[in-house]
Amino acid sequence: MTGRMVLGITALCIAATLSSASVVDAYDFDDPALEARYRTLIAELRCPKCLNVNIAGSDAPIASDLRRAVRRMLEEGRTDQEILAHLQDRYGDFILYNPPLSPATVLLWATPAVLILVGLLVLRRLGSRRDAVELTEDERAKLDALGAEDP
Amino acid sequence: MTRARALLIVPLAVFVGIVVLLYSGFGLGRADLLPSALVDKPFPDFELPTLAGEPPRRSRDDLLGEVRLVNVWATWCPTCAAEHDELARITGETGIGIVGVNYKDDPNAARAWLAERGDPYLFHIIDAHGDLGVDLGVYGAPETFVVDAAGVIRFKQVGAVTADTWRDSIAPVVASLQAAAP
Repeated sequence: MTGRMVLGITALCIAATLSSASVVDAYDFDDPALEARYRTLIAELRCPKCLNVNIAGSDAPIASDLRRAVRRMLEEGRTDQEILAHLQDRYGDFILYNPPLSPATVLLWATPAVLILVGLLVLRRLGSRRDAVELTEDERAKLDALGAEDP
Repeated sequence: MTRARALLIVPLAVFVGIVVLLYSGFGLGRADLLPSALVDKPFPDFELPTLAGEPPRRSRDDLLGEVRLVNVWATWCPTCAAEHDELARITGETGIGIVGVNYKDDPNAARAWLAERGDPYLFHIIDAHGDLGVDLGVYGAPETFVVDAAGVIRFKQVGAVTADTWRDSIAPVVASLQAAAP
């Protein structure tokens, strides 16, 4: 496989994960800044009924209710933090696609770092062992003898 | 030599470990049941029209004074129909007051539904657009809350109240709250 092919496949894979679902019912905001915050918030909030969809991409009635609640709170002048906290108080951490670090989520946050660390250690071991594979003439002869015994 | 051979087992062991971990996830219960974030928090404020129309509106104050069940239901919800008889039995046998939240429903259909099946509730409030539902963290019907005399939510049941869930999880909470009340 050429480097260019690998690059193309990687780009396709990334694009597939990024394809964000469209908003089912669009609200009109007078203020474009408010609309931008609205779009960010509904992309960050997880639909409680449909497990793996954000409320921006779900046409479940509850997702529509939550979008309306987000819009109402935005127009009341609440901050993004207040809106997320308001919904988190009612639906729990589940509703946040970006969950806070807490005793319940520490495994979630630590696992990638631990896996990378393990991977680096394995790489180092493999690297250092490669230097030690040279055999002396004597050893090579012994090895051949062993191979002859063992068909 | 044996050390190198032992190391060969590591990837297999890790794989088996992951399989066991993920398989045990099946036993953790239903993924569609969220933990109740609202337990031990005050029931949210509301002031909503009633299904009966008399009195025209009810507020949070009408919940206070006794341990109550608050049941979120709708005519479009088949499970609500299934649990209706059980709620009637519970209030008939224990005398606990049940408040209905008619959730995102057609009020006329709801009145006809109650006329046909009987109405064991104290009263019903109409949450036409699900705004109280969002305040309650409701994500489907039916849901049933145990609310103590001071208006604090003490338990939340997602899905139908059945004879089993009543006996095993809801009745003990109600009994301990009633015992604690003066």
